[in-house]
Amino acid sequence: MALLEVNNLCISFGGLRAVDDFHINIEKGELHGLIGPNGAGKTTVFNLLTGVYTPDEGIIRLDGKDITGHKTMEINHDGIARTFQNIRLFHQMSILDNVKAALENQYQYSLFESLTHLGRYGRVEKEMTARAMDLLKVFSLDSDPDLLASNLPYGQQRKLEIARAMATDPRLLLLDEPAAGMNPNETRELMDTIELIRDKFGITILLIEHDMKLVSGICEKLTVLNFGRILAEGETKTVLSNPEVVKAYLGDE
Amino acid sequence: MSFLTALVSGLSLGSIYAIIALGYTMVYGIAKMLNFAHGDFIMVGCYIIFTVASTWGSSPVLGVIAAIILCTLLGVATERVAYRPLRHAASPLAVLITAIGVSYLLENLALLIFGADAKAFTSVIPWNGISLFGGQLHIQGVTIVTIAVSIVVLIALQPFIHRTRSGQAMLAASQDQGAATLMGIDVNRTISLTFAIGSGLAAVAGALLCSAYPSLSPYTGAMPGIKAFVAAVLGGIGSIPGAMIGGLVLGIIEILAKTYISSQLSDAIVFGILIVVLLFKPTGLLGKVVQEKV
Repeated sequence: MALLEVNNLCISFGGLRAVDDFHINIEKGELHGLIGPNGAGKTTVFNLLTGVYTPDEGIIRLDGKDITGHKTMEINHDGIARTFQNIRLFHQMSILDNVKAALENQYQYSLFESLTHLGRYGRVEKEMTARAMDLLKVFSLDSDPDLLASNLPYGQQRKLEIARAMATDPRLLLLDEPAAGMNPNETRELMDTIELIRDKFGITILLIEHDMKLVSGICEKLTVLNFGRILAEGETKTVLSNPEVVKAYLGDE
Repeated sequence: MSFLTALVSGLSLGSIYAIIALGYTMVYGIAKMLNFAHGDFIMVGCYIIFTVASTWGSSPVLGVIAAIILCTLLGVATERVAYRPLRHAASPLAVLITAIGVSYLLENLALLIFGADAKAFTSVIPWNGISLFGGQLHIQGVTIVTIAVSIVVLIALQPFIHRTRSGQAMLAASQDQGAATLMGIDVNRTISLTFAIGSGLAAVAGALLCSAYPSLSPYTGAMPGIKAFVAAVLGGIGSIPGAMIGGLVLGIIEILAKTYISSQLSDAIVFGILIVVLLFKPTGLLGKVVQEKV
């Protein structure tokens, strides 16, 4: 059974059909790309999958469970995490605290223990810090964990966003243009990191990206959106050589 | 000595403002709304203490505990019933107007239940205080307790916010509610907790306020509420140390103005200073300049 199964997903804003009859099947462990020209509705799909928007029609199943119309927070607890096209870190918090904030709901201690620092407080905080540091290590962000997130260089902020999303313990990770604004070296490094996330942590990944080197380098399957509709889907190589897709990206002749 | 006396009572009044301002600033920072009913939570707290004391005549400690618990519940319930449904309303004015409505509701309920005449409030701190410099400077017990309580509150709040999971969730929600929700943080629970803390502190501030100025009416909380709001803005709204500093500065200025200039003019001077500070530093003393995203 597919990890993510989406059928007939539709949403309109005013008179505009932003996403129309969208479907996708992503198997466990797959690295799937969602591509298409600007304004094709890719980020809208992410917003639908994470409950930011409620679809007008359609059904979203995660590992067989219907999550259509569920609240954003519940969908995250069910196992979908994401990053953002325009970085949305907790800028005024430290690198470590960004990751720890995302661990918050997975650990328990009472308000009383918070105020008095008694009971489970010490042990649980230590566990959270250790797990956050382990994640930061994966992204080589562990050298100065107390640095404010806003003081990180751009490429590393993107990595921190992925680390933060990983902290919510997802089964499916949605990456919205992870390579945007990165130089070729950073992009190559990012490709390694994405593959590492999939291979080492067994996380399924759906990513939106314009960088074709990244897309063709790591994605096994692609779905192409144009004007809110699916233009093509399938194996990466086949899709990228599809004349319709080439036309949508480069225009006629 | 009169300067020192004025300074000490300024510190005391300022500490009360600071505790109230903390509630304002935390709610603004995290829920992004101004809870104009916050001052009236103080009044509710005072009436609870008054009622417990006059009905059972028991020790004031019991009344204070009851006030803290009930005000906490009142704050959480108000947010749940009146503010949460409007959180995503098209206009941010909706929730602001509702807050003003809650304020009038509480004042008029108190008017209905307790009447308009001022009640004599028995201090919850039965301690005369200390005399210094051979009796030249007398510091009242309530003054000392007020200053001590505000210091304890500030010292307890900082590690709570920066080093506990609930505090981290508050900080995250204050910076980007949407991203916080998408990272699995329960923003509703976090905002409830913020209201609980703010309202509990309002009850504490009420107990201290009415002990220092022992007259209780349905409008007791209104003016201190407005002044604490001014203090929060002066310090930089959203900033916890800012609320503390804003409160202290405001209290000291108010008492010094009363002592050396004119009792009638003291409020005018306080609000005048707010205008001047905001002209030169619109974000307040400790406020951060927020860059709008393009």
